[in-house]
Amino acid sequence: MTEKIDFDVPEIPARIEDPGVQPHASSHLKPYRAQHQHQEALGFPGELVDGWQEKAIDKLGELTGKYRSLQVFMDSCMKCGACTDKCHYYLGTGDPNNMPVARQDLLRNVYRRYYTLPGKLFPKLVGAVDLTEDVLDQWYTYFHQCSQCRRCSVFCPVGIDTSEVSMAAREILDTVGTGQKYVNEVIGKVHRLGNNLGLPEPALADTLEGLEEDIEEEIGVPVRLPLDQAGADILLVTPSADFFAEPHVDGLIGYAKVFHQAGLSWTLSSHASEAANFGLFIGSYDNMQQVAKRIRQAALDLGVKRIVFGECGHAWRVAYNFLSTLTGPLEFLDTAFPSPQHVVEVTHNLLQSGRLQVDPSANDDKRVTYHDSCNVARGSGMGDIPGGQMLLPRQVINAVCNNFFEMPANTTGDATFCCGGGGGLLTDELIELRVKGALPRMQALQTVDKAHDITHMVAICAICKSQFAKVLPYYGFQMDQILSLHQLVGDALVWKVNEV
Amino acid sequence: MFAGWLLYLAFAIFILGLLARILRYARTPAPLKIPLMPAPRTTGGVVLRLLQEVLLFRSLFRASRWTWVFGWLFHAGLLIVALSHLQYFTDPIWGWVAMIVPFSHMAAYAMVVGLTGLLCRRIMVVRIRYISAPSDYLMLVLFLVLAGSGLLMHHVFYPDILGLRHFTLGLVSGNLSALPAQWLLWVHIGLFALLLLIFPFSKLLHAPGVFFNPVFTQRDNARGKHHVNPWSENTEPDDKR
Repeated sequence: MTEKIDFDVPEIPARIEDPGVQPHASSHLKPYRAQHQHQEALGFPGELVDGWQEKAIDKLGELTGKYRSLQVFMDSCMKCGACTDKCHYYLGTGDPNNMPVARQDLLRNVYRRYYTLPGKLFPKLVGAVDLTEDVLDQWYTYFHQCSQCRRCSVFCPVGIDTSEVSMAAREILDTVGTGQKYVNEVIGKVHRLGNNLGLPEPALADTLEGLEEDIEEEIGVPVRLPLDQAGADILLVTPSADFFAEPHVDGLIGYAKVFHQAGLSWTLSSHASEAANFGLFIGSYDNMQQVAKRIRQAALDLGVKRIVFGECGHAWRVAYNFLSTLTGPLEFLDTAFPSPQHVVEVTHNLLQSGRLQVDPSANDDKRVTYHDSCNVARGSGMGDIPGGQMLLPRQVINAVCNNFFEMPANTTGDATFCCGGGGGLLTDELIELRVKGALPRMQALQTVDKAHDITHMVAICAICKSQFAKVLPYYGFQMDQILSLHQLVGDALVWKVNEV
Repeated sequence: MFAGWLLYLAFAIFILGLLARILRYARTPAPLKIPLMPAPRTTGGVVLRLLQEVLLFRSLFRASRWTWVFGWLFHAGLLIVALSHLQYFTDPIWGWVAMIVPFSHMAAYAMVVGLTGLLCRRIMVVRIRYISAPSDYLMLVLFLVLAGSGLLMHHVFYPDILGLRHFTLGLVSGNLSALPAQWLLWVHIGLFALLLLIFPFSKLLHAPGVFFNPVFTQRDNARGKHHVNPWSENTEPDDKR
């Protein structure tokens, strides 16, 4: 590690447990504020507006009228405490405002003050508070310490989903002019250039050409990564990190190898050169819609029959659940396939139908475990049966790798722990939060590592991969121990001479 | 007469307030598909999911075994106690009500055990104490006093049951009479009126709320069925279903 650490990296405990309430333990952790240009590119005011208090309260009322979820969540919490020890940021920091109910209460207490009778009459009795600058500051701090992973929702007896509350809070913050730089800047880049990294079309074309050369050198097969190829069957939409960052790019190479061996016709798009949709993180329907429409447009322009998403967690949630709502019905696509599809579904089908030749012993140098990404596990589906999003990736791993081991059950599946960097928090100034938020996952990883001597953890989410590459070293692991699932697949493919 | 009018008023506010709330939940759009996955793909599956949550507290069971034990005891007890109170409002007493009445004091004990457990957790577990407002303690105390006063009347301070039935049946038929003068009964009835009054304005709204939470009620079928957001400009005319 080259950079200086100015905080204590937590010791990995023997088991995941309540660290004890430590007020203000993470109150100093907040992301950089968006500047004028970041705000205005998204249609938000550039700085804290005059009369922000009234505007924020009005916006809260508007949102409870637009989202049944938010309205029900504001009313329904009975403060049973079931969620209090379920958030990875609470478990990692001990800051009580990171207990999901306390995080919600930052907004709920204001809601009760202005929109409920007891809150108007007896604020102290019911814990209702005025919206002051202090409260606004707490919103900014703690709604940016939520990765919107929905783990707390799994344990809530009435199913309150803190991610919806934090999205609403961030939308209010944006509306009054106090947005977050990292996310808003990224969305601006997507609007302007088509992807999160601000990678223009010529650079993308160059990168893909370079990858084709690398692959041919490695396996002697002319695998292509086509860009903007009109008339292709499949449009692959993948997170832009896949274009060059490790370990993401090995996943992209894996998809390309799979498509090549199966003889599928596919293309990437320079217009929709990004699967991610950070509009979700800030709860902005308009921005999310605008970002999503690029994908529909690209599919129409290229005349493809299928849309397939690469390994990206929240992108898959948006695609799986929202794409048709945001952009209109996807009836122009081939109805023989679900629209859209996940690349893991494609690979899974190909493996099942014997259209891929794999030799799992090619991965015998690896002993892997699998990290369920939150937006995949709790936010979306795969295949034909509920829970397919847990099952299919594991079946693919088992088909291409002989040494697969599970982390403890209360840390996987729909109870999976977030990587600690999701929901728009994957930014350097939040590194302390990200490291501490990764603690429960690191504990689980250490547990399976001690039992089975794990070499790698596999994930299917760009944010998870970036986050783990960064935080693994803080806990004594190596940054390259995080792998793309499709790297495993690509490495296990067997190439016959006549295919060359 | 006063008690009768108080109960009428409380009941009217309870019904109208609750109805207004339920209408608001029903009318507020759910613009996006946000079921908590893995989610059922059929309506039958959604019903099963809700039944598991409402009858068995499935998620709470996964979250915290003690909260589940105490919470379930309280709610199950409350259900039986509430239903057995129909003995005061039916004449002759409905058969199935008569069948559960003998268990009602056991159910009240279950309530007391559950509520005491929940109150202890609220006071002793630092995390839960941190998130508790005064009203959260008072709500438990309210139910405890209701259950406790009921049990005291069952075992020790017998009220004038015939007079009480005359009063309660009068409430149903509209012939108001005086509530028998017994302080414990007045406490019991008064707190019940208070409960009705605060229900539509408090966290007790979790009872109707859970049935309107898209996280539980939506199906996992976004790829098969186009979901329309009624307030989105993108909605095309032929998409409306």
